[in-house]
Amino acid sequence: MRRWLLPLLAILVLLGIWELYVKASGASSLLLPSPVDVLRALLDDRGTLWRNLKPTAAEILLGVVLGATFALLAAVAMHFSRMVREALYPLLVVSQTIPIPIVAPLLIVWLGFGLLPKLIVVALVSFFPIVVSTLSGLAAVDPDLVKLMRTFDAGRWQTFRRVELPTALPGLFSGAKVAVVFSVLAAILAEQAGSNSGLGILLTVTIENLETAEAFASVSILAAFAILLFALLTFAERRTLPWVHRQRETEA
Amino acid sequence: MIEIEGVSRTFAGRRGGEPVTALRDVSLRVEAGETIALVGASGCGKTTLLELICGLQQPDAGTVRSGPAALMSQRDLLLPWLAAIDNAALALRVQGVARQRAREQVAPWFERFGLSGFEQARPYELSGGMRQRVSFLRTLLAGKPVLALDEPFAALDAITRAEMQGWLAHMLAEEQRTVVLVTHDVEEAVLLGDRVLVMAPRPGHVVADLTVGTTRPRRRTDPVVVELRAKALGVLGVPV
Repeated sequence: MRRWLLPLLAILVLLGIWELYVKASGASSLLLPSPVDVLRALLDDRGTLWRNLKPTAAEILLGVVLGATFALLAAVAMHFSRMVREALYPLLVVSQTIPIPIVAPLLIVWLGFGLLPKLIVVALVSFFPIVVSTLSGLAAVDPDLVKLMRTFDAGRWQTFRRVELPTALPGLFSGAKVAVVFSVLAAILAEQAGSNSGLGILLTVTIENLETAEAFASVSILAAFAILLFALLTFAERRTLPWVHRQRETEA
Repeated sequence: MIEIEGVSRTFAGRRGGEPVTALRDVSLRVEAGETIALVGASGCGKTTLLELICGLQQPDAGTVRSGPAALMSQRDLLLPWLAAIDNAALALRVQGVARQRAREQVAPWFERFGLSGFEQARPYELSGGMRQRVSFLRTLLAGKPVLALDEPFAALDAITRAEMQGWLAHMLAEEQRTVVLVTHDVEEAVLLGDRVLVMAPRPGHVVADLTVGTTRPRRRTDPVVVELRAKALGVLGVPV
């Protein structure tokens, strides 16, 4: 209960201050719409918002799945081979420093206005946090457990799938949580580089038309979507890895 | 079953320090079906000796010959994502036994080990003593003729430890295995070993080889146990 109540309360307080400020300062709703204006825009534009959320959500979900798949493969390859690890690690960092606003238009030019360039942008952004956290999860395996597996005559693969991979799952989840939040921003930037629909496009259009309240409505939908994904991952983590949670409780 | 001759093992010092000689010129023989207890203070090379027997390390000098050995350590090292029965079946699964068959093979042991009803429990739902029993069962079911037990009860409270010692004595009487038990508890060594090997540190070497004449299970108050305990402590330089 507390877990829901506190953040909700924080948001309400923030919105209250915002509303009061707009009322007191008499700021133009073109420059700073009040929360009530935004709420009205959310209700009035719900059809448009919903229509544009669908492609953006698809880009984010598929992009993260694509990025996570490659991240998992890369982490496993890097875990198994020191040579691969040393060769790829600098490239991983490079992958994270690529400026999306520059790469996204190029991808659009190369690959067209469809889904593919957006997927690549989202995958690129979600790749790094997942690789890094999965890799450190794999490396965090108890060395005594590896010794034990050796006395059971377990080979490299047996040790990997019975001990190392399950140990790395919490790392995979925390990487994915970071990735979904970043990927929302990545999808918006990718859409703004060239697209027919999506919340990123809606944002561009509404801001150009000085429909600021409508733009804020898009932003709040995006924020809600990011929170939803984060919460779903947290829930999935608790369901699939109950021991992580339980161990923390016992240790505390 | 185990033949160790003139074994030495040295580790490189940490951060360029002096190399550490964990074992120097250690020789010992363990017959099939015998239980020996290695006792000594920390740093006397007990664990190194155990890892040599398990083939996890190679000696720098001398020879180690041993039948295949399975290791059990002080920490239960159970996998938190597996139910107790699947943890106990780990070695079988590694050997390629199908999950269902492995469970069927393990199930009767849960009864014998006083773990009935806890087959599906996760390790965090078990008490420390139960976790060590699952861990021991897992080691036993690896099917190796040699069991290498590295301070298996050191992490338990005194009462549970005493219970587990009695229980292990009982199990060892039923199971004909060659056992090397490493412990820092002299009483435990005397209660469980057919022979007690006392080791001294820096560098690790065997200073006494005491044969315990009586059969297991033994009582703590048995005069033979009391006398040998005093003798071993004397060798270790502990005033009794």
